Amino acid sequence: MVWLWNNLGLVLGLAAEHARLSAIPILVGFAASIPLGWVASRFAWLRGLLLTVFGIVFTIPSLALFVVMPLLLGTRILDDLNVIVALSLYAIAMMLRGAIDGFGSVSPDVLQSATAVGFAAASRFWTVQLPLAGPVLLANLRVVSVSTVSLLSVAALIGKGGLGYLFTNGYQRAFPEEIVIGIVFTLLIAAVFDIVLVLLGRLLLPWSRRAGRAA
Amino acid sequence: MIEFRSVSKRFPDGTLAVDDFSLQIPARQVTVLVGSSGSGKTTLLRMINRMVDPTSGTIEIDGHDIAGVEPVRLRRSIGYVMQNSGLLPHRRVIDNIATVPRLTGVPRPVAHQRARELMDTVGLDRSLAERYPGQLSGGQQQRVGVARGLAVDPNILLMDEPFGAVDPIVRSDLQQEVLRLQRELAKTIVFVTHDIDEAFLLGDRVVILESGGHIVQQGTPEEILAAPVNDFVASFIGSDRGKRRLIASERRGRGDDRVLIDAGGYPVGVISAPGGKLASGSASPRSRSISNKTDQAGDA
Repeated sequence: MVWLWNNLGLVLGLAAEHARLSAIPILVGFAASIPLGWVASRFAWLRGLLLTVFGIVFTIPSLALFVVMPLLLGTRILDDLNVIVALSLYAIAMMLRGAIDGFGSVSPDVLQSATAVGFAAASRFWTVQLPLAGPVLLANLRVVSVSTVSLLSVAALIGKGGLGYLFTNGYQRAFPEEIVIGIVFTLLIAAVFDIVLVLLGRLLLPWSRRAGRAA
Repeated sequence: MIEFRSVSKRFPDGTLAVDDFSLQIPARQVTVLVGSSGSGKTTLLRMINRMVDPTSGTIEIDGHDIAGVEPVRLRRSIGYVMQNSGLLPHRRVIDNIATVPRLTGVPRPVAHQRARELMDTVGLDRSLAERYPGQLSGGQQQRVGVARGLAVDPNILLMDEPFGAVDPIVRSDLQQEVLRLQRELAKTIVFVTHDIDEAFLLGDRVVILESGGHIVQQGTPEEILAAPVNDFVASFIGSDRGKRRLIASERRGRGDDRVLIDAGGYPVGVISAPGGKLASGSASPRSRSISNKTDQAGDA
């Protein structure tokens, strides 16, 4: 604990970096998986293709992906973008199947009736299909959020891992307390993200809880 | 008036769902399209609001070819009620009813006020306004569906087997509700069902369809009951099973009533027989309680 007080500035700085570097890929992964999931849920051949491509992306070891990113993107070694792009790819890979399931979970009857009463295509997507896919999207996003927060620490090996620095540094100095503090703060960030997502869900999808209770 | 002129529909998979179908649907009456599955009845209904476009032929509403009307605009002007209500599960009852007026730009307070009035019209307690559809019973959901269909005060109301998924008692209530609403509102209703008793109960005109949308017989329920054109119709309306052939038994009911029994021997109702002679033509044919009771006795 004494170490923590003495190094509070360092730990909080790393925590802030950790939150920032993991939040962006979570948001990018969510935003990208929605159009991808939507087209994949409409066209069967595209679904197979996208799932295969991102399935392969997901099997690339994270360390290898972090290392080759500067080569692929032409960025500098310590650029935030390396980590953000790599983690975004993982986030999409994790989120895609959930997004397809989410759009698939919307009752075709409801969509058809929305069309029948006069929703135009765009408003049907934004006000009917997307909100109804919401509960499944949210459930998947929570998994993506926790995974991304935890995966980021691997990037400490290329110098951009947020709290992961405490793991590598604690290991090199054989100083377990530093590692434990790193774990605790990582868990805190994951927990805060999850709580934010759950609250957003309650705010944006109030019907899913109430309808569920009645059924 | 809605008019189908030589309408055909071939789906991309090659099925000919409707083959050279022509029909005039009179305004301000209930026309029921009845047939078993595969008769094309739902396809025909969906052509009226351009959910399905015909492969050939034209459909006119009041003399205007609907092929020239933008589908979204057309659909907003026509009420639509479907099986399982098709309500938006993420919107409250009041918002579901106000859906189409809101789409067309009616301000929220106005749309909500109108929605509350419609809840009265279809016999829904206003206290349900803030609920979500999932919190209502099947019958209540169907009433919300009807209210939503009426929200833009359309001239035409399309009903696609709306009561197919509710239990018989609730269905009977809802059918009576439709009859009551129709007496008040006099819409042009096109109603699709596979249930001939429902067709006879609700229809001013009944159109019996065979596969491919071929019209086997059309007319008022009385005309069809009196003279089924062939064995298919006779079988469809149940007259070959004796369900519709009623005999006045010797048993006396209250006063001058005589008990009617069907050919299966089940009592189905009573008929007045002053002085022992059967009454004729006194009751209006519009009150179809006898044929309705026939159904219940037959199912019992």
